[in-house]
Amino acid sequence: MSAPLEPLRFATVGSVDDGKSTLIGRLLHDSKSIFEDQLEHVEAVSKKRGNDYVDLALLTDGLRAEREQGITIDVAYRYFSTPRRNFIIADCPGHIQYTRNMITGASTVDLATLLIDARNGVVEQTRRHSLLVSLLGVPHLVIAVNKMDLVDYSQERFDEIRAQFTEFAQKLELRDVTFIPMSAFEGDNVVDRSPNMGWYEGSTFLNHLESLYVASDDNLIDARFPVQYVIRPHTTAHQDYRGYAGTPAAGAMKPGDEVVVLPSGLETTVAGIDTFDSLADGSSSVAEARPGDAVTVRLADNLDVSRGDMICRPHNRPEVTQDLEAMICWMDSAASLTPRTIYTLKHTTRTVRAMVTDLRYRLDINTMRRDEDATTLEMNEIGRAVLRCTEPIFVDDYRRNRVTGSFILIDESTNQTVAGGMIRRTNT
Amino acid sequence: MSTTTLHSLESEAISIFREVAAEFERPVLLFSGGKDSVVMLHLAQRAFAPGRIPFPIMHVDTGHNFDELMEFRDRTVDEFGVDLVVASVQESIDAGRVREDTGPQATRNPLQTVTLLDAIAEHGFDAVFGGGRRDEERARAKERIYSHRDEFGQWDPKNQRPELWNLYNARHRKGEHLRVFPLSNWTELDIWRFINERDVPLPPLYFAHSRQVFARDGMLMAVNRHVQMLDGEEAFEATVRFRTIGDATCTAAVESAAFTVDDIVAETAVARITERGATRADDRVSEAGMEDRKRKGYF
Repeated sequence: MSAPLEPLRFATVGSVDDGKSTLIGRLLHDSKSIFEDQLEHVEAVSKKRGNDYVDLALLTDGLRAEREQGITIDVAYRYFSTPRRNFIIADCPGHIQYTRNMITGASTVDLATLLIDARNGVVEQTRRHSLLVSLLGVPHLVIAVNKMDLVDYSQERFDEIRAQFTEFAQKLELRDVTFIPMSAFEGDNVVDRSPNMGWYEGSTFLNHLESLYVASDDNLIDARFPVQYVIRPHTTAHQDYRGYAGTPAAGAMKPGDEVVVLPSGLETTVAGIDTFDSLADGSSSVAEARPGDAVTVRLADNLDVSRGDMICRPHNRPEVTQDLEAMICWMDSAASLTPRTIYTLKHTTRTVRAMVTDLRYRLDINTMRRDEDATTLEMNEIGRAVLRCTEPIFVDDYRRNRVTGSFILIDESTNQTVAGGMIRRTNT
Repeated sequence: MSTTTLHSLESEAISIFREVAAEFERPVLLFSGGKDSVVMLHLAQRAFAPGRIPFPIMHVDTGHNFDELMEFRDRTVDEFGVDLVVASVQESIDAGRVREDTGPQATRNPLQTVTLLDAIAEHGFDAVFGGGRRDEERARAKERIYSHRDEFGQWDPKNQRPELWNLYNARHRKGEHLRVFPLSNWTELDIWRFINERDVPLPPLYFAHSRQVFARDGMLMAVNRHVQMLDGEEAFEATVRFRTIGDATCTAAVESAAFTVDDIVAETAVARITERGATRADDRVSEAGMEDRKRKGYF
């Protein structure tokens, strides 16, 4: 057997009724990942509603309001595995009013599947979701041209949609795009190769997901370790232990590495990296920590280091700044983004306060035109803004590092998460 | 394959434990002695080693427990050196906070919500770790990792806070709290693989054993002092194990010959029925039984 692949997190996005939930239902069904009681439940509910088919969307539309209205309101997470890989699916809502839930689902995935109804081609929501996938820096995109059964499995129609999308996507930053013609309802090219589209020579959807290599998407160059929690046991066994718990945002960290702690700027070396297991078996350190590994770092010198500080390499540092420029997705329905209002800003493990000092432009989702006269962002609008923070934070361009390049804004009166921000280094 | 998946799930859970410990005043971990809560306790230990777990654990005690579970609970508390808070449903009944249903099918399961919320208020807990997994049930599949509860303990599923990247919003008003689910992305099989790989001790009920049972609603209920049998229900001996363990009045056993963790991993990998579907009478109430209970503040 080849080396094990890491689990793949992927999201399904696209317009309402393009068949996202049906695609997931089909994937689970044909890969035999649906439990009998779940299928019985879906069959019974479908029948009760007078449907003459089994509505596989009911597998993920779990809320009462969703079932009543036959729509997806919030992200549903589903899990399945094949002998080759484990999968985590975020089934995202298609309605424009639930865009913030779509962003929630898509912000952490390796791959997004964007569904397009073959009859309708590229529609407004296709453009909106492509833009969001591009802004969120999702590394891989599958364009699932769905409902091919309703256009007689026409290659011509598929090529037309591919051309239409490619033309539009020129203005976006999409790195890896794969087009697959399918019918989620009939099962063509989802798990099994379609007998109806002999002209298509690419992978089936599942096959593509199973073989996609995502480990290279991690940034292994810029070592960044945001300190999350300080471990000081004060027990007799560990009287002098002082460890900095956290998860590397990028890069690899090894014992002996020369490091600098921000914001103090003090330099030292990594004395050791601990996990529960390395402590239990008495070893002095694990060999290295990579992005995503929850570890505890010990430093050679006793420095003043606390939560919100950042450990990195002396010759490769993030920008230390109180001034940010970022793309902002506004997600609050109660209040719009207003310059000079103070919000709580969370960035890695650091929390500061911040205000928008200038809204540079609002982006028109359809035309990609920049409206530089805009003075505010409403719910589900996207724009570019300049922010000023009460204290410095340690940032990279979002396109280089999704962890040190992202932040959220929280309304201090309602405690709602009102915006997501993707940092653009000012010279880019 | 399982090792890489397990490693990433474990790292995610550890990072959530640390984040909560850093940002909340009074977190608490819900501990029932069931496998998910045991895995949670082990993960919490892994998150803060070589230090102690910096928060207490809480058992919502219906008074209708399997004896094996209580022994296991007390032994585990000693071993981990954690503080245990017991929130007693019996005390809620005695204080007139809730009224108990009577009759052979009665269960104290729904009463736990009041006891839980009273205990959260009494101790001023602001973050409550739960072992809920999104693969368990369709309403849980929708829930955030940090799930906000208002001053009534209510969940508002139509208006959840956006949760981008791994940036969790911990802010809440006094009297409100957050439920936090470090195992959100784990499946039943992942839990068993963790138990296997880390040699996690569990209550003996999880392993196949011989026991007196009776059939009810297509499930096998254990004969025990908390359950009254109905006319026509007959006890018989069977080799069974429990896939989930909750209140003794509403948790069913499954026929199984899985005597070891290895056996259980193998059995779980080919299971065709979900654990709640197979064993929980409380989930059979309606199409949205869990959502309705969760809205009111249930686990």
